[in-house]
Amino acid sequence: MFPINETMGQYSELFMLLAAGTYTVAFIAFAWDLARSSKSLKAIDLKAAAAGASADSSAKVPVAAGASAAAATSRPAGSGGGRLSGPADRAERPSSYVSTANGAGQTADDSMRYGERRAPARVAVALTVLGAAIHAAAVLTRAVGAGRVPWGNMYEFLTTGAFVAAAVFLVVLIRRDLRFLGTFVVGLVVIMLVAASVAFWTPVGHLVPALQSYWLIIHVSIAVMSSALFTLTFAMSALQLVQSHRQRTIAAGGDDKLGFMRLVPSALSLENLSYRINAIAFIGWTFTLMFGAIWAEKAWGRFWGWDTKEVWTFVIWVVYAGYLHARATRGWTGTRAAWLSIVGYLCVVFNFTIVNQFFNGLHSYSGL
Amino acid sequence: MSERVKSTEKSPAEEAPQPGPAHNGPPKDAVKAAKTGAALPSLGIVGMLRWAWTQLTSMRTALFLLLLLAVAAVPGSLFPQRPANPSVVTQYIKDHPDYGKLLDSVQLYDVYSSAWFSAIYILLFISLIGCVVPRAIAHYKAMRSQPPRTPKRLSRLPEYGTLVVPADAGIPASDAIEDAAALLKKRGYRVEVRHDDGARPSLGAERGFLKEVGNLVFHTSLIGVLVSVAVGGLFGYSGQRILVEGDTFVNTLVGYDQFTPGTNFQSGQLQPYSIQLDKFQATFDRESQGKFGQPIDFTADVTTKENPGAPAKKEVLKVNDPVTLGGTSIYLTGNGYAPVVTVRDGKGNVAMQGPVVAKLQGENYYSSVVIKVPDAKPDQLGFAGFFLPTAFVTEQGISFSGDPDLINPQLSLNSYYGDLGLDKGAPQNVFELDVKGLKELNSRKAAAGGITLAPGNTYTLPEGKGSITFDGVKKYVGVDIHHNPGQLSALTFALLAVAGLIVSLYVNRRRVWVRTGTHEDGRTMVEYGLLARGEDHRLAGEAAAVRSLLAGQWNLDADNPETAPSNSSSAGSPEPKKDQ
Repeated sequence: MFPINETMGQYSELFMLLAAGTYTVAFIAFAWDLARSSKSLKAIDLKAAAAGASADSSAKVPVAAGASAAAATSRPAGSGGGRLSGPADRAERPSSYVSTANGAGQTADDSMRYGERRAPARVAVALTVLGAAIHAAAVLTRAVGAGRVPWGNMYEFLTTGAFVAAAVFLVVLIRRDLRFLGTFVVGLVVIMLVAASVAFWTPVGHLVPALQSYWLIIHVSIAVMSSALFTLTFAMSALQLVQSHRQRTIAAGGDDKLGFMRLVPSALSLENLSYRINAIAFIGWTFTLMFGAIWAEKAWGRFWGWDTKEVWTFVIWVVYAGYLHARATRGWTGTRAAWLSIVGYLCVVFNFTIVNQFFNGLHSYSGL
Repeated sequence: MSERVKSTEKSPAEEAPQPGPAHNGPPKDAVKAAKTGAALPSLGIVGMLRWAWTQLTSMRTALFLLLLLAVAAVPGSLFPQRPANPSVVTQYIKDHPDYGKLLDSVQLYDVYSSAWFSAIYILLFISLIGCVVPRAIAHYKAMRSQPPRTPKRLSRLPEYGTLVVPADAGIPASDAIEDAAALLKKRGYRVEVRHDDGARPSLGAERGFLKEVGNLVFHTSLIGVLVSVAVGGLFGYSGQRILVEGDTFVNTLVGYDQFTPGTNFQSGQLQPYSIQLDKFQATFDRESQGKFGQPIDFTADVTTKENPGAPAKKEVLKVNDPVTLGGTSIYLTGNGYAPVVTVRDGKGNVAMQGPVVAKLQGENYYSSVVIKVPDAKPDQLGFAGFFLPTAFVTEQGISFSGDPDLINPQLSLNSYYGDLGLDKGAPQNVFELDVKGLKELNSRKAAAGGITLAPGNTYTLPEGKGSITFDGVKKYVGVDIHHNPGQLSALTFALLAVAGLIVSLYVNRRRVWVRTGTHEDGRTMVEYGLLARGEDHRLAGEAAAVRSLLAGQWNLDADNPETAPSNSSSAGSPEPKKDQ
């Protein structure tokens, strides 16, 4: 057992605060980007509308900012017309197709490629990278200070989980322009860091014997990663609901009151991407459940005993299994599936906060 | 689970614009029957059963049952559960006289064995079986049949493209289709070339049959997990035993303090091994400020014997590190202190001597002690009080334990004499002393005061009733002994389920069709289309890969719209031959 280093622990807390501060500035920059870009996009849209239907041939280029009006008019033009807007919409599912057919007022398709340069978004991403670097230092110093993996209590689970959420977001950014999610994800990361520091703060310490197992490394790290992915899809599903409401309003001829949602891809693109991430997270959660069962067998002598934490982990698993099945059931795709994804995430949050602190069970390791 | 389409079979071409979940489930007749059945009220018994079966095995019902299962599992975390802790349930019912009994009548203290919870998961698993079996049959047939016939209009498929081989290349349509077939075969497709269309030969290809196999394995394995759990419940057993340092446990029914047999348990299953606790060592954190005194290690040194006659073996029992013996596993689940006392009765004889297990009550091993001395003469003696490993007294006179280690051990007791009620044979809780029929000798309120002992001290009871000596302190451990024959198969099925899940989510079932033809000017025109079954976000990537393979084969520039006519211009045209 490594000795405790309290100086390292103090450094860690300082880094946590610095990271939270940096993330907060990044959050403001992301919000600024949403507000500003939607304004300029609106101007481009108006111009495009004025240019008229002559823009239709330009729609072969992946739908960029401003092209949406043109794409929307060309789409219903028949079987051939649908081909013009790129390959993305053809893999769409029949039930959701209706919602994208009225894609007016949206700017990015499945590929999420945006045309123009967004200075505030670049600043925001740079700040998030900086924040994540400081955050990584905070998590590492905590691990060194405690001489073990930094997820032995709620404070550590939450700060490490927040780091993984930020890191996963940044990694996905390399592949796909999800900067529109920045306000959401970075906002949640800030909330997690603040909650950890205010409500769950625990000094560095050794692990109780029940947690001294290599399964802690395996079981909890997978749980952290799955939770981080569920955080991303929660943000996407919430945006999907707003976006599909907005798309319906616009399609019905209503006013676009949610201009900032211009930067957000169509409800269907959000649904498709969150499905893919949820599929990975679901496999992760299955492993969390399984490895938890194996560890429970080692520690308590039974692999399943309906302990409160086990119950809720099972409930989460079933809800996300329901989500995956809903995507293959008619009438359950789109909005309903998004609600299931949101309910699943609320269960994750409930499992972490309420169950850990207020329910009696064998998993009472909150460290509080 | 089943994905049923509420429509009749479509040709692949018609199916093409909706590649989503619209799989044609196998028992179309059943679906049809159900449809007509729903419209007509007179079904007859067989019709009703068929209708009910179709409903139960539909995806919608399965989804509903799945979500219901999640909701039904929740109350088990809200209310205390009998299997986990029966005494808490009894207390809960006592504490809530208004609705405690009502909750019991709807089995909310036995949620996971309740009729309603069982009904949900049994229905769910029946629905699952009703889904998996026909799908397995259908998939077996699909795996043995040829890829579906080539659609008339490939351009309506979600991925479509064309290539043009120049006339001077000398590749006629029939050679081109064979080339394409060879390439697709190499890429893992099952290919069938169709020359029956004469001048415009085509091929159908399909791959990714593993996706459905994975799906079926996943769902079947879930049934396997459930069966394994049931086997464990039938033939397994578990029990608890407290062992003070020096004690030996022999694996027989009388050896257990508490024993929970499975439904089909036979006492002959118990192998009479023995395990002796030699020494128990607890280590506490002396380093950190915030967690000072938190336990950081529990180690029990034990001596085991497989059989009464077998050689003794030294082993170490730790938390997270059970000892395996005679088909069971032995787990370290608790520990505490056992003060050793000697009680002499009124006649001066030793009426009781040995360690007394102190039950944990609060922080730092603040524990309760009950000593019953039925052998004391002329009056039976009883003691109840507390043991503190490191005694502190507040200004208000309240004792508490300041540290988990034995720094200042102290025994504070009240004493009683009279009839303990043990002679009648009624079972009693060893951790509780019923003082109703007893006369008080010592207590804080009594004239003689309470008994406070440090190790080595002796206290002489008032009225010549005897004496009590606090000899020292031993440690004890609580061990759980478990035998679960379904465990290994549950793990195996769980691993299979995960493997199946990953395969079903990441293998894609795809179909490719290629058609070739010769243009009037001698060029060979090639068109191809791709269709995915189920979600497949990488179909476009596969289309690009197929395109570059074909272009590479014929030395064409895959990206050049000249050699390969652009999609948009040929879109919607069924036959490239006539177009160009």
